[in-house]
Amino acid sequence: MKPIASSILGTLFVALTVAMIVGAELITIPGDYGNVTHVTYWEKWTGFESDAMKAVVDKYNAGEGKKKHIFVEFLPVGDIEAKVLIATSGEMPPDIAGLDTLDVAAFADNNAILTLDSYCKQYGIKEDDYIPTAWKMMFYRNHVFALPTTPDSNALHYNRAEYKAAGLDPNKPPQTFDELDAISEKLTTKDAKGNYVQFGFIPSDPGWWNWGWGYFFGGTLWDGKDKITCNSPENIRAWEWVASYSKKYGATAMSSFKSGFSFGSAADGFISAKESMQLQGVWMYNFITQFNPKLDWAAAPFPHPADRPDLANMTFADSDNIVIPVGAKHPKEAFDFMAFVQRQPNMELLCMGQRKGSPLAKVSDWFWKNHPNPYIRLFSDLPKQKSARTPPMMGIFNEYNDAIGEAFDEVCLLQKTPKEALDGVHDRIQQVLDHYIRISKLRQAAGG
Amino acid sequence: MTHAQKQERNGWLFVSPWVVGFIGFLAYPVVASLYYSFCDYSVLKKPVFTGFDNFIQLAHDEVFWTSLKNTAYFSVFFLPLSLIVTLGLAMLLNAKVRGMAFYRTIFYLPSLVPMVATAVLFLWVFNAEHGLVNGLFASVGINGPGWLTDPAWTKFTIILLSLWGAGNTMIIYLAGLQEVPQSLYEAAEIDGARAWQKTKAVTLPMISPVILFNMVMGIIGAIQMFTAPFIMFPSGTPAHSTYFFAAYLYDSAFRFHNMGYACAMGWIMFVLILVLTLLSMRLSEKHVYYGGS
Repeated sequence: MKPIASSILGTLFVALTVAMIVGAELITIPGDYGNVTHVTYWEKWTGFESDAMKAVVDKYNAGEGKKKHIFVEFLPVGDIEAKVLIATSGEMPPDIAGLDTLDVAAFADNNAILTLDSYCKQYGIKEDDYIPTAWKMMFYRNHVFALPTTPDSNALHYNRAEYKAAGLDPNKPPQTFDELDAISEKLTTKDAKGNYVQFGFIPSDPGWWNWGWGYFFGGTLWDGKDKITCNSPENIRAWEWVASYSKKYGATAMSSFKSGFSFGSAADGFISAKESMQLQGVWMYNFITQFNPKLDWAAAPFPHPADRPDLANMTFADSDNIVIPVGAKHPKEAFDFMAFVQRQPNMELLCMGQRKGSPLAKVSDWFWKNHPNPYIRLFSDLPKQKSARTPPMMGIFNEYNDAIGEAFDEVCLLQKTPKEALDGVHDRIQQVLDHYIRISKLRQAAGG
Repeated sequence: MTHAQKQERNGWLFVSPWVVGFIGFLAYPVVASLYYSFCDYSVLKKPVFTGFDNFIQLAHDEVFWTSLKNTAYFSVFFLPLSLIVTLGLAMLLNAKVRGMAFYRTIFYLPSLVPMVATAVLFLWVFNAEHGLVNGLFASVGINGPGWLTDPAWTKFTIILLSLWGAGNTMIIYLAGLQEVPQSLYEAAEIDGARAWQKTKAVTLPMISPVILFNMVMGIIGAIQMFTAPFIMFPSGTPAHSTYFFAAYLYDSAFRFHNMGYACAMGWIMFVLILVLTLLSMRLSEKHVYYGGS
């Protein structure tokens, strides 16, 4: 090849590469479209849950947004926490991100999301507007860091038909753990070969609240400051109750039986009627109607220990939240949309679309009358009870939860006693928390 | 500008995309990760230099040792099994029989299936209640184990899954086997060598560089094991029996917001692979035959 030709070709090659890089960068920069401010909103939902928020976004874009020259672009994103983390560190975050409550504290501790106090004041958003548990999840270290979208709570789901078949009163779900154990025993059956064909209740299924069993017995996971409390007598008592199922029914047989389950499908333990009772969230109704609409079921508050009536009606109240990551290009406009979502008609449009309750203190008659879930009042009332609990707002909770998960498995498999397992979690996570606090102080001293 | 200078400039222009990529996507991250391994760094905040803090913490971290033990267990069983099984298959597929192209394709096919798809498939194949494997066991009156739920079996399940996709190693062996000069076999036959003697005295020495290559690649792959356990056993369930080194590294970086700690683990992984590779090279010096040397 002639030198001039190779020189031109080389230059073209470099120019093309640079153009590709710059072009890719340019199309990812959200800009102002004329005089319309373009707000990007990343959310974790797909399917009908995503459609429900899309309806609210469309309503905003067609009305208020249009008047204010704001356009919200709604984008469902998988593995959202990791992507928001990377985008925020790269100083290219979305203007609004949908995060779980468990992640709000971690992001707040890292100064990765904006405090919303001044915006809330400007828009008149205050504590009284929300049910107490919802506010508790928005408010961290004396600041509002998030606004709720859809809340959830859980309750005992039980199979009425199986109650009837076993000679039990389908209108009398268990009130205490003793009653739950007795009913579970009655509903658990084996075939002629001695293999289980039906389980009454399995504490490790679906396994999402393994960290929370202690709360049902009056325990906590930390003191809210600097002490891990997972090995308190209440927590040990809760896990002894969990272990009693493995001892009674066989650890391997039980884990093997539930390995055939697949949540939210026809193979779900409760939906397929292989597990008569399950601790489940408000969303379970959606899956029951989809995969086994003929299932004769009911929901009731989860039982409490017989000697702790003060813990009756306990539930885990949780919420999906929206936050503004640090570095968002249009925080003011982003909050305008977030405030729009908090208005009663819009919030009800969203929560009805997702078939959940509302985080707002005021709920319209229309919402109650038209809500398809026959137990929506139960799921909405439980978070208002004094005994209701919210996930611990701590920056290391993901790590804590993993440690609990491992120890929980060991207890279910009878590899360790509850005390041994929880002592192990305590010793490990106390170190992690101590380190976390020490580094936070170090950062504060360094002004970071 | 002289002709030589122009040539040099053009040369640099042609390689510049690679140079930019190398500096931006490899050299800088490697150097930065070394620095971050000595920092408290959550990605969201600026790194704070903490000296050997991460390494000291790792030495006392139970989960780190569990993940290391699990990785070692997997490597110790998977590596020899993989080398023997794939070499055996390659030898069979090197035989001169009709329809060999078909057999080779069949045995290579599983390695073309993406690991995520294979992992999801194996979740059903090894399901204790409804899985194909336990179904077969049940048909002969055996109660199959909890492949996915019993900590005594979970690592073995991952080893089986990894063997399922070892077609690439097999193909490399096959290429090595086809390079062995036919004349050596003929000479051995004249000397009265039997099949096993030919394998021992001709085949294995002649493909020893290929065995070494596959072993080194196997060590790297085993220590970096991530996708299958990540899909099949979230958070290393049950009871961290499938929590591998790479999974803990990922969790530390992206779930626990502890990138500095993850970088320290990354460097430990690098040193581990380097030491094992050098050890393999050193130990194999007397056993590997290079035709050209």
